[in-house]
Amino acid sequence: MKIIVAIKQVPERDAQVRINAAGKWIEETDLQWAMNESDAYALEEALQLKEKGGGEVVVVSAGPERVGSTIREALAKGADRAIHIDCDDLAQRDALSVARLLAEAIKPESPDLVLTGLQSDDLGYGQTGVILAALLELPHASLLLHVEQTSTGLHVKRELEEGWFQNIELPTPAVLTIQSGGSKLRYATLMGIKRAKTKEVRRVTPAELGVPPSAVVVLDRIAQPQKQKSTQILPGSPKEAAAALVEKLKFEVRVL
Amino acid sequence: MTGVWIVLEQREGSIGRISWEALAAGQQLAAQLNLTANAVLIGSQTESLAAEVAARASGKVVRVEHPLLAAYTADGFSLALEQFFRADAPDYVVFPHTYQVRDYAPALAARLGQVLIGDVTGIGEGPVFTRQLLQGRLNGSYRHPGSGPCFISVQSGAFRAEPVAPDAAEVSVFTPVLDAAQIRTKPGTPFRDSAQTVDLGSASLIVSVGRGIKDAENLPLVQDLATALGAELAASRPICDNGWLPMERQVGSSGQTVSPKLYVAVGISGAIQHLVGMKGSQCVVAINKDPDAPIFEVADYGIVGDLFDVVPALTEAVKAAKQ
Repeated sequence: MKIIVAIKQVPERDAQVRINAAGKWIEETDLQWAMNESDAYALEEALQLKEKGGGEVVVVSAGPERVGSTIREALAKGADRAIHIDCDDLAQRDALSVARLLAEAIKPESPDLVLTGLQSDDLGYGQTGVILAALLELPHASLLLHVEQTSTGLHVKRELEEGWFQNIELPTPAVLTIQSGGSKLRYATLMGIKRAKTKEVRRVTPAELGVPPSAVVVLDRIAQPQKQKSTQILPGSPKEAAAALVEKLKFEVRVL
Repeated sequence: MTGVWIVLEQREGSIGRISWEALAAGQQLAAQLNLTANAVLIGSQTESLAAEVAARASGKVVRVEHPLLAAYTADGFSLALEQFFRADAPDYVVFPHTYQVRDYAPALAARLGQVLIGDVTGIGEGPVFTRQLLQGRLNGSYRHPGSGPCFISVQSGAFRAEPVAPDAAEVSVFTPVLDAAQIRTKPGTPFRDSAQTVDLGSASLIVSVGRGIKDAENLPLVQDLATALGAELAASRPICDNGWLPMERQVGSSGQTVSPKLYVAVGISGAIQHLVGMKGSQCVVAINKDPDAPIFEVADYGIVGDLFDVVPALTEAVKAAKQ
């Protein structure tokens, strides 16, 4: 199977984020970046499918120069080649606009399968894969923990709410969005890192793909969330804070 | 058919709380903009449910009915609703932000050249829609300046479901044109992996652990605190994904929803998916080294510090207090 995996580079989970001067996005300088968690699981699923059934794994990622490091990471883990959509306005584009970029880059590849994470850890729209399916006119399934190739297509396990699951059969080509935690992520080997340097990374621009920067919905302003509750922070050393909390649990919450 | 249309979700013949919340959100939006609020029920044989909706809705109630909609499929639902909303474009379409809606509403919106504003937690003047960014660290305000319907989905627990004065809404049926060949996926019957033996939902005290614990080896630290308190041990998703605790101890949108008297969150940053599972707790205590962690937004008491120092101190203090 020829499998395309759409991956996104996002701020590292524990990175301290600051709102930028325009108040429309975060300050991107001095941030640490990482591969979006569920995209890493999508890549893992793709690599495992290739190990079982052969074929090719191509990663596609949109973003500025810095995205190159995440692409290299994917290649080091075992992807065969990559397409880098060179653009620096991802946060201003809405989910449809980003999905259009990816769709135009993916179409000429005619893949059997397109995988992506279910949601990005930064904007968190959780829509790119589903819209991609609509744009490519392919069937899709989302929030998957397991993907299996069958004689007629695919057998997938979908997560539902509150501990429920569902199996779905669908034909290929298809678009699937992958939930975190379905398999164990591999690390890049030293050999893999070495070989990644020689693998093809093709760069394309939004203009070359014919996708103008458009947005049906606009992210107007970002702000610190307002507290839903007034949190009483208990100060002091761990011992002092623990003692203060026990007082609260005993006399106010009355659970001790 | 201009106005606000709320698409309600049914599961096993009943309409869930989050759908009633979406109805309330849609009605609030309609009142703000002086529009009518109408409801859509999609499926097959939804007659009795429609009557239930009509008792709560003020405007029209439409049953989008077809035998091919009996079981949910993304293809069936998006095709049917596309036809319904193309017939006469609404101003706003409001969904509950469920796993099902996440599976088809983005595609439905895209088919109409629109974009869903998902997981909305608040609706302000404008209207401006608020949703969380960066796992709840920041809020974003979104507008829909273009023409055509604006699609939103609302987060569980963000709007209060209220029974409205019954206006005896009129119920009608819309029959989409669907062909079995258009539905490309074959859904199986939902199942649970194993019998749940831990019922966190009825626990009155819960100690819950997250990524901050770093390693499975460190779990006894938190177990000791739970034991001292007489609490059930629970976890956020990454802990269960790693296999450090069984899935049945997971709290959050994909795990259990809990509402104990006391919920102690240890090393949990408080991503939305976790918060929706525990924000009904009467008292929330957060222990986290990051003072900006979103868990502090919902906490009544917070200790900012290294859990490896704070938790053992707390365990000792609880033991001492119980003697």
